[in-house]
This record gives sequence, structure tokens and C-alpha cells, in this order.
Amino acid sequence: MNEIIEKEFFSENVVRLEIKAPRIAKARRAGHFVIVKVGETGERIPLTIASANPHKGTITLVIQRVGVSSRRIAELNVGDEITDLVGPLGEATHIENFGTVLACGGGVGVAPLLPIVEALKKAGNKVITVIAARNKDLIILEDQIKEYSDEVIVMTDDGSYGEKGLVTDAMEKVLQREKVDLSVVIGPAIMMKFAALTTRKYEVPTYASLNTIMVDGTGMCGACRITVGGKTKFVCIDGPEFDAHQVDFDEMLLRLGGYKEIEKQAEQEYLQTKEKK
Amino acid sequence: MAVTKEFLKAEREQSWRVDIRGLMKNKDRTGLARVHMGEVNPDERILSNIEVNKGLEADEAVNEARRCLDCPDPTCISGCPVEINIPKFIKRIEQNEFLEAAKVLKETSALPAVCGRVCPQEKQCEAKCFYQLKLKKEPVAIGHLERFAADFERESGKMSVPDVAAGNGIKVGVIGSGPAGLTFAGDMAKLGYDVTVFEALHEIGGVLKYGIPEFRLPNQIVDVEIDILRKMGVKFENNFIVGRTANIEDLKEEGYQAFFTGSGAGLPRFMNIPGENYIGILSSNEYLTRVNLMDAANPKTDTPVVSGKNVAVIGGGNTAMDSVRTAKRLGADRAMIIYRRSMDEMPARVEEIKHAQEEGIEFLNLCNPVEYFADETGRVNRMKVQKMELGEPDSSGRRRPVPMEGSEYDIDVDTVVVSVGVSPNPLIPNSLPQLETTKWGTIVVDEEKLQSSIPEMFAGGDIVRGGATVILAMGDGRNAAASMHTYLQEKLNS
Ligand SMILES: Cc1cc2nc3c(=O)[nH]c(=O)nc-3n(C[C@H](O)[C@H](O)[C@H](O)COP(=O)(O)OP(=O)(O)OC[C@H]3O[C@@H](n4cnc5c(N)ncnc54)[C@H](O)[C@@H]3O)c2cc1C
Ligand SMILES: Cc1cc2nc3c(=O)[nH]c(=O)nc-3n(C[C@H](O)[C@H](O)[C@H](O)COP(=O)(O)OP(=O)(O)OC[C@H]3O[C@@H](n4cnc5c(N)ncnc54)[C@H](O)[C@@H]3O)c2cc1C
Ligand code: SF4
Ligand code: SF4
Ligand code: FES
Repeated sequence: MNEIIEKEFFSENVVRLEIKAPRIAKARRAGHFVIVKVGETGERIPLTIASANPHKGTITLVIQRVGVSSRRIAELNVGDEITDLVGPLGEATHIENFGTVLACGGGVGVAPLLPIVEALKKAGNKVITVIAARNKDLIILEDQIKEYSDEVIVMTDDGSYGEKGLVTDAMEKVLQREKVDLSVVIGPAIMMKFAALTTRKYEVPTYASLNTIMVDGTGMCGACRITVGGKTKFVCIDGPEFDAHQVDFDEMLLRLGGYKEIEKQAEQEYLQTKEKK
Repeated sequence: MAVTKEFLKAEREQSWRVDIRGLMKNKDRTGLARVHMGEVNPDERILSNIEVNKGLEADEAVNEARRCLDCPDPTCISGCPVEINIPKFIKRIEQNEFLEAAKVLKETSALPAVCGRVCPQEKQCEAKCFYQLKLKKEPVAIGHLERFAADFERESGKMSVPDVAAGNGIKVGVIGSGPAGLTFAGDMAKLGYDVTVFEALHEIGGVLKYGIPEFRLPNQIVDVEIDILRKMGVKFENNFIVGRTANIEDLKEEGYQAFFTGSGAGLPRFMNIPGENYIGILSSNEYLTRVNLMDAANPKTDTPVVSGKNVAVIGGGNTAMDSVRTAKRLGADRAMIIYRRSMDEMPARVEEIKHAQEEGIEFLNLCNPVEYFADETGRVNRMKVQKMELGEPDSSGRRRPVPMEGSEYDIDVDTVVVSVGVSPNPLIPNSLPQLETTKWGTIVVDEEKLQSSIPEMFAGGDIVRGGATVILAMGDGRNAAASMHTYLQEKLNS
């Protein structure tokens, strides 16, 4: 069950895994995610299904190592099995021909953006995609994104690749240049916050895919709750995509930090025990 | 499977029962004092997850069994939702035939070791005991005795695997592995069906695993029962969400002929008051899931849990009591229940309230939260509560709490666990638009047959009743199995 059949490093900290999961591969739509747990004592964490191959019965995950649990997954090798894998979860992205779509992905957010870009393109949209990261090494999936975009703009914070600047700089340029009918943004919460502020100025409807802390991923715990338009919503069942102009990003940013101290400590302990081995 | 008076009478007239009744005069029996189960002392038990109740020794159990009068009209049975033949199993204990006693339990209950521990006996069987009703004395300790017999059987290593009829090759699917689903699966396996249980989580057992803590119901007890189901041929698919991983139509194509939904009422409710999304405020489901299912308090696991020093738990049910006692075990200095009614209306089991009091839990009754406050990092540090008084009874018959103007005051807190009720899991109804549901989101079923508006879909437990009890969920599983069997046989023969 859940055997890893392919593994590829996009950069030192970003890895792509192709996993045997026939039922999920068949049922998933763009925008869906899975919950993954590695080992008996592992934590349940959410990861977007970056792509799937129903004929082969596989799904692809792209994982950025940020803490203990993402490391545990990234360290698995071809032939290993993922202890627990459940999905597909969340509401699928609403896809139709909107006209011109501005898709923006920051960091590992490009991975969950890929299936959406693909679906939008196939539905007949003109797709302009901005992919951004801190530096050249962190730019991922550029070729795949290019395949389904009419135009791709690459941005790096340090200018080591593409243009120097933030996602929002590129967004401004496009929004000033032409009429955009919809924007989709996925990335770190802080990036999504400012991206939403940018499109709001131009009154362009915008969806953000939120990456809150989760436990079960099925609506049972409320760990993933956020405020949208003044109402509490559960990201795992009501989302993960929401109207970015209604999301209370400041609250979300605070909530993401809820376990920061414990997590940092756990990661240090994890790295130490690994060194000892 | 209603237990008739005639049947009970015939059972009561069996010679072994007559003999054992003759051993003691009723006057001597009623003169005996109720046994008290040993408990780990509070100072010690709050340091770990050790089970609080120690269970009865054999001689204690036999002594308690002597109290039971083996009444000609055993009213206690009418208090048990699955109608366990109570005097019969108790007299087997008096006879020192403990394995036989366990067999009696198994005639009607699939998980006696669980029910003996978590049933609200004081509201069910024991409330209807002759001692309680007529003698105004402490009832026979039916729950303790039930637990004793079930534990004895398990520990004897002679646990019997029920007889299973020859396989009939008919595939049925069970959605959810809580007490309703497990009981249903066991009964269908006995009838020869090919049963698969689908469970969304990575563990089998539903609330018994992720909700009720170890100190009340050790996981190992549930696992033994699941093992027996496996031996009976029941298959389990964990990490499988029906309606997501595959839907009912897919499963029908794979040959499933009928389904039982026991998907529970697992969705947490919040109060929607200002500040409720601050860090450190979580649902009891999240809190208990982290600690029970993910074993978060164990440093060897990856899942974190916040364990504050000043913990407030909002609510007065079993879930609230489990949360507050968990907080104490995670090292809280102050662990408080904040409940808007008084002690008398509290829905939790009496024993849990007593244990909580012994463990130093504070009860702030007639008190309700109105707002939360946080520090600059968004972490809750204070809450405003309002005092309440009891007014006229509401539709539930309990006196309605009314806020007292100007009575607000603040309490310092660093963790708040909200335990004000749960809603039915919407996944199955949402994936089946033809399925009839109530405005509360519970599945509508025929009361007797437990059949839903989709003929091949049966349902029971919390998804039908809203938050209820383990034993009611089991009763539903049992009734649904009997009526699905009739339904499938009729369909086959027509
Ligand atoms: C619906 C959804 C889809 C996701 N898809 C992907 C994906 O395709 N690929 C991927 O790499 N990650 C994805 N994530 C994020 C991923 O779940 C987290 O990175 C992971 O849970 C971190 O676990 P950890 O134990 O490795 O790190 P932790 O020790 O938990 O955290 C380490 C650091 O990362 C921060 N962090 C923790 N969780 C998140 C989060 N959800 N978002 C941003 N920062 C976080 C913490 O604040 C901390 O500073 C997704 C999240 C959601 C909710
Ligand atoms: C903390 C707590 C303490 C309690 N204490 C007591 C007590 O002392 N005594 C008592 O009698 N009762 C108690 N209860 C109530 C009791 O546990 C429930 O009434 C009972 O468990 C309901 O059983 P069930 O089988 O209907 O559902 P559950 O036990 O809720 O199980 C439902 C299962 O279905 C799974 N599921 C849901 N949807 C799907 C899907 N689409 N596909 C696959 N799987 C799915 C869920 O993950 C879950 O495991 C307590 C409840 C809680 C939460
Ligand atoms: S199952 Fe519950 S109600 Fe029935 S006899 Fe046992 S403890 Fe009492
Ligand atoms: S009512 Fe009480 S005394 Fe009578 S049979 Fe039942 S348990 Fe025994
Ligand atoms: S992750 Fe538990 S409710 Fe969303």
C-alpha cells in the first residue's frame, strides 16, 4: 500500500514523490489534498495532490522540508511505503472558462498551483502564471507550469533568476497591462495576504488556497479554522480555496504560529538524534 | 429481538438458577452492602494515564452478585438499551461460573468490557433495579459486575470467537468503525456475510479510540474486541473515506449489496463568541484526538499538544469531563469546568464527575464564557465569563440558564477547550443527495428497521441520534444487522 515508485529532488529542500494510490488517483480533482502520516508515531500532515495518473494509479506530491514531519516524508525512498495516506480531501477547484486568469505561486505553493493551472488551461482560459521564490534554487516545476501557461513570469527575491522582486511586483505589472478576470494565489500566508491586497485594488476576484495546521482533515477537530467574511470556516472541508478578499490573513498568520516553539524544539531534537546515528 | 417475559421466566426456572436462589434468604441478600470498586488514588493517577478503576476481585464480585435477588420481574433489564439478561449473568457470577457469565453478556452485547466501563448505569440498568426502585437502597452494581465478567474472560485467554455461519458470499459495507459499526459488522459476520468496515481515520474504533481517554477505557480493551471481529472474517479498511476515496456507487460496482452507516456525530460546535479563534482555544475533539489518537503527550511522537497551566473546559458532558481530566494529567495547575447550568443538570456520568472532583478539578457552575482576550502573539490569556441563574424548564426538561446582568468577571487562562456539543458528520449525506436527513443533519431512518430513504442503506448510532451513548449505538448496530438480513434475504428470494 502507498508505495513510492519515483523520487526526484527539485532542490535541496523540495522533493517530488510519485506514490501508488489507485483509488485516490481515480477520485481526485484539481485542488484536492491528502493527509499523510509516516511511521507509527508520525504526525498527520496535509499535502496537495500535485498531479495524478489514474491509468498508472499514482499520485504525485511535492514536499518542502520545513520541519520534522515534512522531513520524514522527504527522506523516504523508492520502494518505501507511506504508513497512512488518506484522501482526496477538500473541495475541488471550481474550473470554467473565466477568460484571462492570473495564477501566482510562491515557493512550494507552485506545486499545488500546477494542477489548477493545468485545469484552467484545458478549460480554455488564457493563463498568465507568476512563479516566485527566494532564489534560483527554490524555483520549482518551471517546465511543467510553462506547458500549461500562455505566459510565465519568474521572480526571485535576490534576482538570481528571472526578475528581481516579489510576486506582487509581477502581479502589478500584469494587472496594469491587461484586463484579468480571475486570480488564483497559493503560497506562504504572508504572500497570499499581499497578493490579495494587490488584486483587490484592481477589483479582480481572487482565490487563495490556504495551508493551515490540520489534524484529521475531515472536519472533526477545528484546528484548521479561519475567519472568512466574519464567519468561522474549516479549511479542510469548506476549502482549501476561499475568496482571498474575505479571508482574515492576520488571524491565520497568528494561528499558524500556534505550535512554533514546540515544533522548533522537535526539529532540533530530530536533527540531533539523526546526527548521532 | 425483544426479550419476552415468558422467555425470561423459563430461563429463571432452570434448575441451576433455582438452586442458587435457594442458597440465601432474600433478607440476608438485601442486608449486604454494595461493593465499592478499588480506584487508584487521585494524587497518583493524575501523574499518568493509568486506568482509574481497578475492577473487582473475584470474591468481591461474588459477594456483590449475592445481593441480586433474581427478581421474578427483573425491572433492571428494561433499563438496558440492549436488554442484557442481567439476573442470569449475575447469578452465573454468584455460581463462580465467570466464563458462563461472559457468555450471557455476549448474547446481546458485542462489547461488554466497554459498556461495563462507560455506560451511564445510574441512568439505565441500575436506575431500574429493585433496590433502587422499591427498597431505596443502593442498586446492584450491574456495571461493575459486567466489567468483571468481561475482563475475566479476556484475561483468561479463553475468549470465545463466536460461531460464524458458512459464507453466503454477499458483500456488505460498513461506514465508520465506532461501536455502531463494529456491532453491526460482528452480527453480519455471524450470519455469514462478507463484511468490510471502512474507516476514515488510521485507527479502528471511532470515539472509543480517539475520544474516550485511556484512564477510562484502555485502547487495548477495544483492540481485543476488534481482533475477534477479524478472526470472524470481518475486513477493515482504514484511511478510507466513503464519499471521498470511493463513493457508494463505486462500491456497488465492486459488488457491495447493502451498507450500514455508523459515521457518528464528530463535528465540533463552537459558541461563536468574540476571540474564539485565538491560539490556545480548541475543540475537545482536537484536544482529545491529539492526546488519545496521536498520543501527543508522549515525547516519542511527532504530534504536538499545548498543555497549559490554567485550563478552562467549557461544557458539562462526558467529553468536557474527559478533557478537563486530561488537562490535569498534562500538568495543569488549575483545571476548570465552566458550565452554564448547575451540578444537578450536568449530563456527564456521575462517576466521572466524582472522579474529577477527587482529582482537584474546579467546577465553575452557572457560568458562561462571553469573550476571550489574547496577548500580542494571539495566544489566549484571559476570558470573560458571565454568571447565570436557572429559569423555567426548556424543551429538554432542564431548567434554562438565564444570564445575570452585570455579573461578568475575568479569569486568567492559557488553554480553553470548547466542549459544547457535536454535529453529525455531513460526508455521507453530502455525497448522497437522495438520502433523507433532518434539519440537524442526522439521517432519517425507520425506527424499527433502521432503514434510510435509500433502501439498501441502513444507519444507526450518533449519525441518527445526534450525540448519544455507546450502548445505544451498539443496539442500533444490532437491530440494523437483523433487519438488513431480512431485507437481503427477501430481495434474494423474490
Ligand atoms: C491544504 C494544504 C495543502 C498543503 N500542501 C502542501 C504541499 O503540497 N507541499 C508542501 O510542502 N506543503 C504543503 N502544505 C503545508 C504542509 O502541510 C506543512 O508544511 C507541514 O504540515 C509542516 O509539517 P512539519 O512537521 O514538517 O513542520 P512543522 O514543524 O509543523 O513546522 C515548521 C515550520 O513551518 C511552519 N508551518 C507549519 N505548518 C505550515 C503550513 N501549513 N503552512 C506554512 N507554514 C507552516 C511552522 O510555523 C514552522 O515554522 C499544505 C498545507 C495544507 C493545509
Ligand atoms: C470524549 C467522549 C466521551 C464519551 N463518553 C461516553 C461515555 O462515557 N459513555 C457513553 O455511553 N458514551 C460516551 N460518549 C458518546 C459515545 O462515544 C458515542 O455516542 C458513540 O461512540 C457513537 O458511536 P457511533 O458508532 O455512532 O460513532 P463513532 O464512535 O463516532 O464512530 C464513527 C466513526 O465513523 C468514521 N467515519 C465518519 N465518516 C466516515 C466516512 N465517510 N467514511 C469512513 N469512516 C467515517 C469516523 O472517523 C469514526 O471513527 C462519549 C463521546 C465522546 C466524544
Ligand atoms: S450494557 Fe449498560 S445499561 Fe446494559 S446492563 Fe450493561 S451497563 Fe447496564
Ligand atoms: S432488579 Fe436488581 S435485584 Fe432484581 S434482578 Fe435486576 S439487578 Fe437483580
Ligand atoms: S483539520 Fe480537523 S477540522 Fe479541519
